[in-house]
Amino acid sequence: MWYYEKKLEYPVKVSTCNPTLAKYLIEQYGGADGELAAALRYLNQRYTIPDKVIGLLTDIGTEEFAHLEMIATMIYKLTKDATPEMMKQAGLDPHYVNHDSALFYHNAAGAPWTATYIQAKGDPIADLYEDIAAEEKARATYQWIINLSDDPDLNDGLKYLREREVVHSQRFREAVEILKEERDKKIFF
Amino acid sequence: MHTLRKYYHPYISPFDPCPPIKVKGYETPPNLYMGFQPPSLPQFEPKKALAYGTLWPALYSPYPSPPVRKEVNE
Amino acid sequence: MSHKSMPPEYYQLLEDIQAVDFVLVELTLYLDTHPNDYEAIQQFNYYAKQSKMLKKEYEKRYGPLRQYGASYSGYPWSWDDTPWPWQV
Repeated sequence: MWYYEKKLEYPVKVSTCNPTLAKYLIEQYGGADGELAAALRYLNQRYTIPDKVIGLLTDIGTEEFAHLEMIATMIYKLTKDATPEMMKQAGLDPHYVNHDSALFYHNAAGAPWTATYIQAKGDPIADLYEDIAAEEKARATYQWIINLSDDPDLNDGLKYLREREVVHSQRFREAVEILKEERDKKIFF
Repeated sequence: MHTLRKYYHPYISPFDPCPPIKVKGYETPPNLYMGFQPPSLPQFEPKKALAYGTLWPALYSPYPSPPVRKEVNE
Repeated sequence: MSHKSMPPEYYQLLEDIQAVDFVLVELTLYLDTHPNDYEAIQQFNYYAKQSKMLKKEYEKRYGPLRQYGASYSGYPWSWDDTPWPWQV
């Protein structure tokens, strides 16, 4: 069962009026390596993963929705007061024509989100390695967005999200070690 | 301690059209080296942990990572 | 109609809660892969208590944080009060 808590995981701040950044941020909203993909991937895989790892997939999957909300907040703050002219200057006119300043699940290039971004092979090792790769790809994407952004407050939030990917990757790697079942074995030489 | 960034020299052709970048870097965050996280690692205070995105300095990966040596392009 | 504005104490308390809840998130993920770390579980329960105390204070002043009866409501129905998190 899901419950919503009426607060952001992290205090997002955006200090520069630069709607162009929204164009890049949406990659982590509706893109292949973004937070929606991550949340749906883990929450779906968890039904068929060995019991000892279900908690981790449930908890990281839930946290990804919190990150999705943070990205949405950043985009919302950057576009809520944008005129059509500002949207056009920011390169957001194709989005505006379809959605005004409503958010939508597409990537920076405008390609709509698709379930082909995620996978659940039913093989726990395959699933966990996909998860590790997803976290590394998300980390890299945040790096490239940070490189394009000169808003220091926004960047604090992006660096937070990038660091979360590092921690998630660490936990998925540990999950693989747990499933290898060599943790308690002594190695004899 | 592991460095969090590595460098390499991409091949430069005399026929490359644009001014060449002589040194490129890539991130090697702590999760590559930690293995199974050992218990009782030192922790940040809660406010600092929130700001950095992790409770443990050992897992903290600053970005852009502080350059070990200047990325030289001459 | 005038715009609703939140006082500085609101932001301060919200950040206090976010910091404590973040520690709980980190410990939760850690404990998912380290189920036998006794000290971590003690720390988790300590911060869980801190979180509940801070949220009790927050909700008294600013309304419910949680859905479907995990928090109480004032009159009139306070769940839909602004600001929502992306508006803060």
